[in-house]
Amino acid sequence: MDTVAHDILLIGGGGAGLRAAIAVAEANPQLKVAVVSKVYPMRSHTVSAEGGAAAVVKPEDSLEAHAYDTISGGDWLVDQDAVEAFVREAPEELLRLERWGCPWSRQPDGRIAVRPFGGMKIQRTWFAADKTGFHMLHALFQTTLKYPPIVRHDEWFVTRLLVDEGRCTGAVAVELATGKIFAILAKAVILCTGGGGKVFPFTTNANIKTGDGMALAYRAGVPLKDMEFIQYHPTGLPFTGILITEATRAEGGWLLNKDGYRYLQDYDLGEPQPEPVLRSMELGPRDRLSQAFVKEVAKGRTIETEYGHVVHLDIRHLGEKIISTKLPFVRELCLKYQKLDPVEEMIPVRPVIHYMMGGVHTDIRGETPLPGLYAAGEVACVSINGANRLGSNSLTELLVFGARAGAAAAEYAASQADPPASTLNQALDEEQRLQNRFLEKTGGVERISTLRTEMQEAMEDGAGIYRDEAGLSAAAEKIQELQARFQDVALDDHSLTFNTELIACLELANMLDVAESLIHSALARKESRGAHQRTDYPERDDDGYLSHSQAYWTENGSPRIEYLPVTITQWPPGERVYG
Amino acid sequence: MPETITLEVQRYRPEDEAEPVFERFDVPFRADWMVLDALNYIKDNLDGTLSYRWACRMGVCGSCGMMVNGQPLLTCATYLERLLPGPIRVEPLKGFPVIRDLVGDITDFLEKLSRVKPWIVREEEKPLAEGEYLQTPEQLADYEQYSMCINCMLCYAACPIYELEPDFIGPAAIAIAQRYNLDSRDEGVQERLDVLSQHDGIWACTFVGECSVVCPKNVDPAGAIQRYKVAATADWFKSVLTPWANR
Repeated sequence: MDTVAHDILLIGGGGAGLRAAIAVAEANPQLKVAVVSKVYPMRSHTVSAEGGAAAVVKPEDSLEAHAYDTISGGDWLVDQDAVEAFVREAPEELLRLERWGCPWSRQPDGRIAVRPFGGMKIQRTWFAADKTGFHMLHALFQTTLKYPPIVRHDEWFVTRLLVDEGRCTGAVAVELATGKIFAILAKAVILCTGGGGKVFPFTTNANIKTGDGMALAYRAGVPLKDMEFIQYHPTGLPFTGILITEATRAEGGWLLNKDGYRYLQDYDLGEPQPEPVLRSMELGPRDRLSQAFVKEVAKGRTIETEYGHVVHLDIRHLGEKIISTKLPFVRELCLKYQKLDPVEEMIPVRPVIHYMMGGVHTDIRGETPLPGLYAAGEVACVSINGANRLGSNSLTELLVFGARAGAAAAEYAASQADPPASTLNQALDEEQRLQNRFLEKTGGVERISTLRTEMQEAMEDGAGIYRDEAGLSAAAEKIQELQARFQDVALDDHSLTFNTELIACLELANMLDVAESLIHSALARKESRGAHQRTDYPERDDDGYLSHSQAYWTENGSPRIEYLPVTITQWPPGERVYG
Repeated sequence: MPETITLEVQRYRPEDEAEPVFERFDVPFRADWMVLDALNYIKDNLDGTLSYRWACRMGVCGSCGMMVNGQPLLTCATYLERLLPGPIRVEPLKGFPVIRDLVGDITDFLEKLSRVKPWIVREEEKPLAEGEYLQTPEQLADYEQYSMCINCMLCYAACPIYELEPDFIGPAAIAIAQRYNLDSRDEGVQERLDVLSQHDGIWACTFVGECSVVCPKNVDPAGAIQRYKVAATADWFKSVLTPWANR
């Protein structure tokens, strides 16, 4: 078995991972940093983010206002100390991206431009046309190239975290090109692997979003927090699930039912006005808009298509000039993937799985309960998003908390000795497991794609926009059945060279663990809050559940669920009022 | 509309084959399917060993470029419908060593990208507390087009020079260098020119222009190279005519 050693190991090379790598390199240039990613970093899913990144910039705005929007948007399941740090550090993080070349859209005088966004009371969303994530990721990636201490292992897939003497001491990874298995020793490890939208069948998420980091941490005994909170974005293209950014509505787009009626006015989201109104109607929060869609379906006021029910997103009245300058990617996506021009036609859309509010439990420095293990970005749950994330907070989150995790890990690593020699024994065990269970295994009857499809369907049926005990229990049983059947998985491919079937198989194992934690967390939360709506418990219950769920891996296939109190500093729980 | 369509997919499994071979697969034809959807159908239902890269399926991650009927294309953005009646020939991108099946080795590009210093170069940086560098929409428009490169490598696959002279730094890397040169916040023009005016830099390009034709994001690397040549020539004249101007 080959071994490599670094001071700090970053798993995942998207926005959070690259920001963390730069933070380490700037904090302590003596530290050797390695970014391990299963894809080339610029392929990471940050690339697909469209609308923008939030940070207070206008004189009439305030950090308190950004914090309040975020906390109320998250239905108070939010750690307010984390949000305070987040809104405070957000502007300088976005400015830092400006220094690193991000082509932020500008006002005529050359200053940063901002746009409105859902659930935000004041305009504070910085944007690079409607390709904000793409530009941020490439600016970050290209900037990392100037730091010699940052090395990369591109197209390596991490299969296990190494934990020795009570701290995280590295990971085991497969190099795709050669099939070689490496022990990567490190004094600190930062997980930045993103979310796991692919546990559901219909998602904006890239194929690579398989919850890998969540599963790695979960199996290492680290709790997954608030996993029941999954965001449906209200506007995805039917069939492909391609995201049509909220910026379409921020620029003035309307959501119309089959009668051409702006139906959101029937769901406590305000009165329709010709111009967009902040925190109102189409600029309400994503959870409420997706729930309104389901109710429209029930009333028979949506349009049936071969890819399910849809409503219309109408931006025709914005005119070609605005569409082409502010929303060029939306137009390109509609033309290429939906065969329509939004200048001329309405866009069919339906809610689509977009983001996981939950993830690996961390404190506000990005540290998990396992010493030496850090997490940032969508994989983590530092609890700024609570029960529902506001659009344009996640790009900022990966910068603020990527930087924080990098700085904290750098400080920790500088004080640590090299991992003990015994760490390598675990790595050898993992190598053995990979060979016995997959590479050299013959027989097996279960196809990866079949298990994956059944998992995705079970999740949509049981853990969709509205949930209840019966549906969730059925999904829990199904996931347990799939976990058992996975033991008998069949691999056609035993090659050591770029074996993508092996990776798909390991990803499936990760997704099954993520699905298991999600379902059981949802079953345990007997209330409705934000994106977690239980038809059998329709009210929010602050006495019982103003607390974070924590799912711990157990041997018996269903996690142990515990609760942690929410941190409240200055905003007592209140009603979420929109419109 | 036909019920099925045939794909002829290049296979190369270095442990089993000395040379690439083609394998035929019949897949269902659907009007909404891209070439990538057909490959996914094969992998999920017919042969789990087929290897290729993909991620976003929305034309922005740059992973899924392949030769489709001889043309470099993003397979996630190429409808099967466009290629009727078939068969559709799918090969790895030309110009890159093949690792396996449809997977090419692009480490050469990553090395070249680093060489052009694709980051903002400044002698001094304004403190963050002083806010943003002003950049008007017009100044942004100067480089915006070149900032759209998704590193999909279609331009390298289309470039006849890169095929013959693998040391050529190539269209995307030059376009990205130009993206920074034209950015009003950047001061690194000269450093990049030192790299790009070497023999494997811009002068290797004979201006075939195929790179700009195949670019799925209209980045126009050929235009970037042309502008660069003009700038480099002016720079050369300046150094000959005014050698005292201590550059």
